[in-house]
Parts: sequence; structure tokens; C-alpha cells
Amino acid sequence: MADPAAKCNSYDVAVIGGGVVGCAVARRLTLDGARVVLVEKGGDILSGASKANSALLHTGFDAPRGSLELACMQQGYAEYLAIRAELNLPLLETGGMVIAWTQEQQAKLPSILAQAHVNGVADARLIDADAIHAREPALDRRALSAVLVPGEHVIDPWSAPLAYLTQAVANGADFRRRTEVIGGRFANGAWSLDTTTGPIAARYVVNCAGLFGDRLEAALLGDASFTIKPRKGQFLVFDKMAARMLRTIILPVPTERTKGVVLARTAFGNVLVGPTAEEQDDREHATVEQDTLEGLRQAAIAMVPALADVQVNAVYAGLRPASEQKHYRTRRDDERNFLSLGGIRSTGLTAALGLAQYARGQLAQMGLDAVPLAAPAITPVPNISEMAPRDWQADGHGAMVCHCELVTEREIVAAFATPVPPGELGGLKRRTRACMGRCQGFYCSAQVARLSEGHLTPAMAVAS
Amino acid sequence: MSTARHVDVAIVGGGPAGLGAAMALRRAGIESVVVIEREAEAGGVPRHCGHPAFGVREFGRPMSGPRYARALVGKARAAGVEILTRHSVVALEPEGRLLIANPDGALTVTARRVILATGARESTRAARLVSGDRPLGVVNTGALQAYLYLQGLTPFRRPVIVGTELVSLSAIWTCLAHGIRPQAVIAEGDRAVARWPMGLFPHLLGIPVHYNTQVEAITGTGRVDGVRVSRNGRPSIEIACDGVLLTGHFVPEASLMRSAHIAVDRNSGGPAVDQFHRCSDPSYFATGNLLRGIETAGWCHREGLALGRRVAADLSATPALAATIPITVAPQLKYAVPQRLAPGISGNAPALQLRLSEPFSGELVVTSGSRELLRRPLRSRPERRILVPLSNLSGADDPITIRLQ
Ligand SMILES: Cc1cc2nc3c(=O)[nH]c(=O)nc-3n(C[C@H](O)[C@H](O)[C@H](O)COP(=O)(O)OP(=O)(O)OC[C@H]3O[C@@H](n4cnc5c(N)ncnc54)[C@H](O)[C@@H]3O)c2cc1C
Ligand SMILES: Cc1cc2nc3c(=O)[nH]c(=O)nc-3n(C[C@H](O)[C@H](O)[C@H](O)COP(=O)(O)OP(=O)(O)OC[C@H]3O[C@@H](n4cnc5c(N)ncnc54)[C@H](O)[C@@H]3O)c2cc1C
Repeated sequence: MADPAAKCNSYDVAVIGGGVVGCAVARRLTLDGARVVLVEKGGDILSGASKANSALLHTGFDAPRGSLELACMQQGYAEYLAIRAELNLPLLETGGMVIAWTQEQQAKLPSILAQAHVNGVADARLIDADAIHAREPALDRRALSAVLVPGEHVIDPWSAPLAYLTQAVANGADFRRRTEVIGGRFANGAWSLDTTTGPIAARYVVNCAGLFGDRLEAALLGDASFTIKPRKGQFLVFDKMAARMLRTIILPVPTERTKGVVLARTAFGNVLVGPTAEEQDDREHATVEQDTLEGLRQAAIAMVPALADVQVNAVYAGLRPASEQKHYRTRRDDERNFLSLGGIRSTGLTAALGLAQYARGQLAQMGLDAVPLAAPAITPVPNISEMAPRDWQADGHGAMVCHCELVTEREIVAAFATPVPPGELGGLKRRTRACMGRCQGFYCSAQVARLSEGHLTPAMAVAS
Repeated sequence: MSTARHVDVAIVGGGPAGLGAAMALRRAGIESVVVIEREAEAGGVPRHCGHPAFGVREFGRPMSGPRYARALVGKARAAGVEILTRHSVVALEPEGRLLIANPDGALTVTARRVILATGARESTRAARLVSGDRPLGVVNTGALQAYLYLQGLTPFRRPVIVGTELVSLSAIWTCLAHGIRPQAVIAEGDRAVARWPMGLFPHLLGIPVHYNTQVEAITGTGRVDGVRVSRNGRPSIEIACDGVLLTGHFVPEASLMRSAHIAVDRNSGGPAVDQFHRCSDPSYFATGNLLRGIETAGWCHREGLALGRRVAADLSATPALAATIPITVAPQLKYAVPQRLAPGISGNAPALQLRLSEPFSGELVVTSGSRELLRRPLRSRPERRILVPLSNLSGADDPITIRLQ
């Protein structure tokens, strides 16, 4: 639909930030009939917190009772299950176990279970050591007992937000990448946003700027209602041969500060261990540290001893957009048509679709009226999880490029031809898994560099 | 489209070792010998080793890697070997059944014997748990050469080179031949791991070598902008660069075996074999760098040729696993290949290969139960070839232990 208003950069809603929350909000508002632009300063979606997380779809069993976080997580969980078939999103139904390894931890299990029940997670139950080991034969024998939460699952943390934004774009939303919002004015019922690529006009602004949410609020409203305190989480990913050693997500008994180190399968057939919880001031750099990584490796081996013989395929770190308080930080300014979804600390992957429903409701109360699309376009994205049939199994795929992750030439070429194509190598990896396997590009990176020429900034090659 | 084929011997991997095995099998009169290679061309790693000198023993003159690879492929074809390229073996199953993906669909090949020759690769940044940012520009020598020689692309202009194995010299040579200026060489020990004919070579070229150092962290958003180098207690230094070339620390490409029924040795990282290079599944054999990490191409090729001859003879028997004697090594030894001995030590089986995990000077002692089979002086360093002729081990009845003292 060639809308003249879109051409002159005038929208109903500007969603600022292409993390998982912004992508979900852009989808919801678009499907509900608003004209939306998603503005992202990075070269691709998922340039901030959302690129690196544990990939768990949480039930909310341990979320604060009665909180917005709990409500959004449970709505987000339900909507993910409802739309995943049509958007082709994977679900690895693993269940989770909060395991007590010490007597002290064991004493906390009843209250964890009670909270799960209060939170509506009715199927959570206590299980004993025998039941734990029957379920997980490779687990170290020290496990005493556990709260089993059958609904905790694993998803692909990258295809979900990609699918949300892809559907938004297919239904008329605009996506502006490499565009940073640096300021703006609200006058005559509309925002005029200053960006690094020119002005954008929109009646409403939704702040989904994650690690920069407080700064964006200050830039647009003059003051910030919260302060981001980045909290780093490092991870280590074991080779696919580890997948057969573990089925259930292994969760620790949480402490005040963090959910603690998790051992879980990934949607791609690996096993990951992490995250750490390290406070820092830096909002850009999520470095990995050898000693910490070795500590994580040992923690994983303590849980599943056979991991000692498994190669580490990848290490990474992410920054949680935590704030000085634990809960989600929302701010609604009816005078200035502004909504912040800030401080979405450690549950945003799960809660994103719920937060989007919440934002839709808030904007409606603020006067945004829109008519939901009668027959929105449904746009499935590639499912590259281990559970789905992959392109290399089909005829005519051209050639296998990445041998470790079995990525074909056709898949890589296709990724660049999508409505939301990768803009940097990380984005290509997230969409195809090329170079993400055990050799990390020893065999295929040169060919990937060739196939990606002209598409990525920075380019993989400095010269040809 | 899914098709099935039956052959006498299938060889997984068309590098110098796999091609050697295939030629030898054909020359021994074996009818159907198929090499299955996942790349568009057979030839293995030498395809992208533009540096000299390969093939002196095989072809009587020094050649570049790509020419050597083409010469080997030509020789194999001339011997009647069938080579399937762009065919990736994705699973190994008992009874010699291989599941293969190729651009036209799936294929199953069932072979009376399978020879695994999938080679080795350098270990990754992740496996080394290197600290810091994770920007673009951190590559291994193999990838660098594939950029330059196979794709005509350059991944960086001013890298820091990490490591001093033989392959690190290839890395330096490759860089200089393409106008890439290494900023420094980071050496973990107090001298180069390899016998640098040119222990001086990088210095002469004006490339500083920092001994007793380690990469403390890689820095850069987007692309690499530097490395911080720790120096055994002395203050760290920062070196500006636009790439990090991680060389060496080879690991066998044994992922197929790890996810199959075939036993892998945790020391060598390759499949566990007996002295005939037979795997734990008696219809599977292994050869080349897959056995242990790095050797020269010529060594691997000869290893392949010799295995081809043994497998040709083995085809007349029913594959069976005899009771074997395990070989264990002391911690200062990185590995021993083979990892076990089958009955019948004979002249045509290759020697026991050992490698050190730390420099050593003293005695190598081999015992079987309470019997001492061998005692000899040993003075060597990691990554150097150490061979023990199998004739030294004949007569062993009990488990064999290799110690250093
Ligand atoms: C270690 C770790 C583990 C986690 N595990 C889980 C888990 O298992 N399950 C789960 O549900 N959640 C998990 N999370 C939480 C989840 O990842 C976050 O809640 C979520 O990613 C937050 O998303 P966001 O969209 O709010 O922020 P971000 O992803 O940070 O998105 C904000 C975006 O805004 C852009 N931006 C910022 N400022 C501007 C500007 N001025 N102009 C334009 N663009 C701008 C940024 O570039 C960025 O892309 C985890 C998080 C971490 C770090
Ligand atoms: C950067 C570098 C520089 C070197 N320089 C020298 C040198 O100067 N001189 C020298 O003598 N040696 C050199 N070497 C070592 C030499 O290249 C190797 O010793 C030799 O190539 C090993 O032969 P190979 O057949 O065992 O393995 P490779 O050459 O690695 O061949 C293995 C083959 O198996 C294929 N394969 C793997 N998995 C599968 C699968 N699942 N399905 C189908 N096919 C598969 C691969 O594509 C590859 O073609 C160098 C090595 C490197 C990495």
C-alpha cells in the first residue's frame, strides 16, 4: 500500500529501538491498524540486549506476584504458543527443574513451589532425587530434589523478534536501521524526532531503547524516570554432541540478585551454560573473560560431568538493561503522547509479546484509535532449529557452505533477499547459523565473505 | 531424490591422506573406490596453501599447495578413483553406511570398508576462551588462506599473529605475499614451538616477536582495533591491529565420529585406532591428520597410501575386532597413536606416534604389565614428532604404559 503519509515520514507511532520488545510492539500496533515506524540505531535488529540471552521461554513461576512483569510474561508466553505455528517459530519443550544441590537450597524449594502455584503455574511440583535422575541420567548424583516446572521451554531468541518485525513490515510498517534518535519536540499533538538520518514525525512515541531507555527518555522529555545499570551475563556454548546429555533446563535456586547460572539445551542442539551477573557502567561492550568462562565451564561440568569431554563452540556475553529497581520501568506521559517500556531486565524475550499488548492498551487509553487489519499478511520465517527439516535435506540447495551447522548457499542468499535482511555479520549468523558451529568459520568464512559482499557493514573482507 | 549405492571402499575426505588411500586401493585391484568430498574440489587443505613447498617426495620437485592438490587429484583419477565432490557425509552408521547430503538431495553409500580422512583444523577463539570483545577479524590461518587464495578477499591488513608452530610460518609468508603487514607475533613460550629455520626470520622482516606472552584481551567494536598482551608479570602492552590471526593448536575434525558409534580418544581428539588404524567399529579405518592433529601433507599422503594397501588386504577377511591391548600415556604426553594394539604386530604397521604436551628431557619408558619393553633417552618439545617402532612393542601381553622419567 503506497501511503503518501509514509513517504513524508509521518506516522501514528514511532517505536524507538529494534530489540525484541520494539519488534513485538511494532508488530502489535501494525496488526492493530496503526502506521508504525521502527527506528534502530544499529545495523540490524537485536543490536542491544536482545542479541545475547539464555533463550528460555519462561512460565513466570518465579516472577514477582501481581507484577506487570508476570502479567506480560504470561501473556507473551501464551501468544508465542498461539502464533508460533503460523510464523514458523520453534519450541523445544524441555521443562525446567530448579535443583537443590545443598540442604540449604532444599529448604527454599517449598516457597518456590508455593510462589509458582500462586503465579498460576499449577503443574509445578516437587520431585525427589530418583525422579530427577530418571529424567536426567547424565546429571551429577548430588542433586537432592527439585521443583519441576514442565512449562519452561527453549526457543530461538533471534527468529522470534525477526518474525515479529517481518510481519510488521509485511503489513505496512517501516523499518529504519542505522538511524539514531537524538532528540525531538512534541507540539500540536505530534512528535518531531531528530535522527541521524533526518526527521521523523509521529503522533506517539514508544521508547523501547533497552540499554539506552533512560537516555532516550531524557533526550525527549528532559528528564529520565529511571537509570539503567547494565548487568553483564557471560555464556559458554558446548558442541552439539552435548545435547544428548541433557533434556531439561537446569535452573539454580535463585538468590536475591540473580536467577543464577542455567544449564540448558539450545534450539540448535547445543547446550549452553550461563549467565553470570556482573554490574558495569559500560553500555556498549559486553566482553568475555577467560577466568569467568572457565568458571562457567567448571560449573557446567559439576552439573553434568560428561561435559568435560565436549568442545566449547562459542562464548558470548549480553547486557541486561537492568535499572536501580527490580521491576519493569514504564512511564506514560499523556500530555506528550509518550510511553516508555524500560528496564526490561531479564525476561524480555518471554514478555515481549505481552509488553506489546500492554503498550497497545496504554496507547488506546491515550487516544490512539486504529482499526485492526482485517486480513493481515502472515509471514513465516525460516525455522533453522534442530527440530525442523533443513534446507540441506531438500533438492537444489546449491551447495553446503557451512559444514558444521549445515547451512546452504541458498539459505544465505535468501537471507539477504528478505524484507528485514541482515546488515552485519552477527545478523547473518543469527538468521542462518553460518560460522556459528564448532569450527567458527575455519572452513566456510571465506565463502560466506564472498556471498555477503555488498550486504554487511562492516564487511567481512577489507579488500578484494 | 534419495538414492543408495554399494561400494567396496568409501573414503570420507579427499585431502592428501584420503586420496592416497584411494589410489593405493585401486592399484591393489579393488574395483569400486569412492572418495566423498564436501568441497567443490578435492585436494584438502593444500588447495589453499599458496605457499611452498609441497610434493618434494611425491613428485620430485617443490610445488605450491594448489598445484600439489591438483596433481594428487589427477593421479587418483588416473588410478580409477571415483571422486564425488560437494558431497558431505553427515552421519556414520554401523555396517559401513554413510548418510550423505549433496546439492541434488540425499544419498546413502554402503561400503564394505570406510576410511575416514577428514583432516584437522586449528582451534577457535571460543575453544581457547580468549577474553575481550568479539569483533570481526579474528581468524585462523586456514580461513585466511581461503580468503586470499580461494576467494581473492583480504580479511585484514595489520594483524597480530598468535602462535609459533610451523603453520605460523605459513601465516607470515601468506601475509607478506599479499601485502598484509603483521604487527607482532605472540609466542607463549620462551622460544618458537616449531624449529624455525628462521628462528630469526620474523625479526629480520621487522616483525617483533614477543616471547613468554599471551593474548589478554581482544578489543574493538565492529572490527578488531587492538590486542592487549600480558607478559608474565611485567605490565601488559597494547598492540594496535585490525585483525588477530590465531595459528595452530590443531584439533582433528572428528565431529562425525563423536556423534556416531565410533570411539574417540580424548587425548588425540581423533578416533581411537589400533596399529592398523582400525577404529572401534571394525569396518571403519582412519588416516591422515584426523588421527592426531597436524603432520605435513606428505606424511599424511604416505599414511593414506599405506592404509590403502592394508585395507585392500583386509577386504578378503570378515571385519572383526580382536582383543586388544590398551596403551596409556603419562600426563606430559599429549597423546599416543595408536591407542591400542591388536594381535599380530607386523612389519607393515606404522610406528607408534607420540607428542609432548610440555618440553621434556629424560627417559622414555614403555612397560607392559611388569615388563619393561623399551627405555631410551628423550629430549624434545611439544609439537615435535616422536616415533616408537612397533617392533619395540612386540611380545606385549598386558596393558602398555608409556612414561617419562
Ligand atoms: C544474559 C541475559 C540472559 C537473558 N535470558 C533471558 C531468557 O532466558 N528469557 C527471557 O525471556 N529473557 C532473557 N533475557 C532478557 C532479554 O534478553 C531482555 O529483557 C530483552 O532483550 C530486552 O529487550 P529490549 O528490546 O528492551 O532492549 P534491547 O534489546 O537493548 O533493544 C533496544 C534497542 O534500541 C536501540 N536503541 C537504543 N537507543 C536508541 C536510539 N536513541 N535510537 C535508535 N535506537 C536506539 C538499541 O540499539 C537496541 O537495539 C536475558 C538477558 C540477558 C542479558
Ligand atoms: C594453513 C595451513 C598451512 C599448511 N602448510 C603446510 C605446508 O606448508 N606443508 C605441509 O606439508 N603441510 C602443510 N599443512 C598441513 C597439510 O595441509 C595437512 O597435513 C594435510 O592437508 C592433511 O591431509 P588430510 O588428508 O589428512 O586432511 P585435509 O587436507 O584436511 O583433508 C580433509 C578433507 O576432508 C574433507 N571432509 C571433511 N569432513 C568431510 C565430510 N563430513 N564429508 C566429506 N568430506 C569431508 C575436507 O573438505 C577436506 O578436503 C598446512 C595446513 C594448514 C591448515
